[in-house]
Amino acid sequence: MRTYAPMYVEAALLTLRIGTTGILLSVAVGIICSGVLYNRVPVLKGIVSAYVELSRNTPLLVQLFFLYFGLPKIGIRLSGQMCGVIGLTFLGGSYMTEAFRSSLEAVEKIQYESAMSLGMNSVQVFRYVIFPQALATAVPSVIANVVFLLKETSVFSGIALADLMYVAKDLIGLYYQTGEALLMLVIAYLVILLPVSLLGSVLERRLRYAGFGN
Amino acid sequence: MQDLGISILFRGSNFIRLLGGLWVTVRISLLAAGLSVPLGILFGLFLNIRNPVTKVIGRIYLDFIRIMPQLVLLFIVFFGATRAFGWNLSNELSAVLVFTLWGTAEMGDLVRGALISIPKQQYESAQALGFDTLQTYRFIIIPQTLRRLIPLTINLVTRMIKTTSLVVLIGIVEMMKVGQQIIDANRFEYPTAALWIYGVIFLLYFFTCWPISRFAKWLERKWN
Repeated sequence: MRTYAPMYVEAALLTLRIGTTGILLSVAVGIICSGVLYNRVPVLKGIVSAYVELSRNTPLLVQLFFLYFGLPKIGIRLSGQMCGVIGLTFLGGSYMTEAFRSSLEAVEKIQYESAMSLGMNSVQVFRYVIFPQALATAVPSVIANVVFLLKETSVFSGIALADLMYVAKDLIGLYYQTGEALLMLVIAYLVILLPVSLLGSVLERRLRYAGFGN
Repeated sequence: MQDLGISILFRGSNFIRLLGGLWVTVRISLLAAGLSVPLGILFGLFLNIRNPVTKVIGRIYLDFIRIMPQLVLLFIVFFGATRAFGWNLSNELSAVLVFTLWGTAEMGDLVRGALISIPKQQYESAQALGFDTLQTYRFIIIPQTLRRLIPLTINLVTRMIKTTSLVVLIGIVEMMKVGQQIIDANRFEYPTAALWIYGVIFLLYFFTCWPISRFAKWLERKWN
């Protein structure tokens, strides 16, 4: 077991590296897309809704296969890691968009109107008034999405990235120590995901107090 | 050959085979969903019991299933169960088993949430009007819970269909595998097959899940 542990650590780091990159990019995509939807930007609005529907209704594994095996046929060659990041961002972006959109809609209309009457333009209103308030209520669903996306990274083994699943499968195939390999796999995912999920429930509780304060 | 690679779809029975693969995925998810809905309702009621012991058991089950990626659960059942108990589960059976375990946990949480969201006054008013417990549930609580629950349950089914795409990784011949077979069989005649086949698989998933999630959204809006 001692010899395998470093392999798991390395794989966990790869999972985490791709995961965090993908998640940060998805948050960025989510903020931009929800801004577009909230401000009803013509044309872009249609593109964003089409993207959200497309990405939410297809599995990550299929998206990855298209990126990794399909695109090279028209000359776009991406490395496995690149595909992982792009795929995760494509999937996560839409989930983050939905999370931000619903909390943006929860901000009362009077906030928007007051800010407008103070002479702000619509970009300023979004940037200084609406978005910061929405961010607070979006936190629980964003964290839930983070957990979801970190879980989804497990399918990267399908495009031959040496993530945790891949290492476990390798060890099962090589040494037949199925029990140990699976146990380490479970432990590795618990170590990564349990803190995030706990953080989520703590933040949710704190936020509920904040809400009651009003 | 310079013609469009998409014509590979219409060669022989390729497209029908892909659809057959899609049906394998959908069948697994419908079977698992059909089992998880009743089990999940029971689990949701179990979660609502005010007893510290059942509460801890319920939470541990729910959190474990929710934190583990579904692929890990598949591996545990498919490889681990064979190893630990000597059960030789077929890959389809283990897929149904895993998705039922997962669906039960998710469904249970939805049921718990829906039951909690019914205000206490509903129970009290029903009692004040002379309903007994059974009648309260039959006429007041269950109809309201169902309205909240049905759209969420439909969404769970689409999530299940999407997640069952993972079963290709434990060797079930579903749409992805059929796609790979078609690509490999035509490697020289249609070098760009991968693009078209995976593109079509992407769209087939989309057109399977999209109407279902639209329907859920429509129900949600109609009942609110």
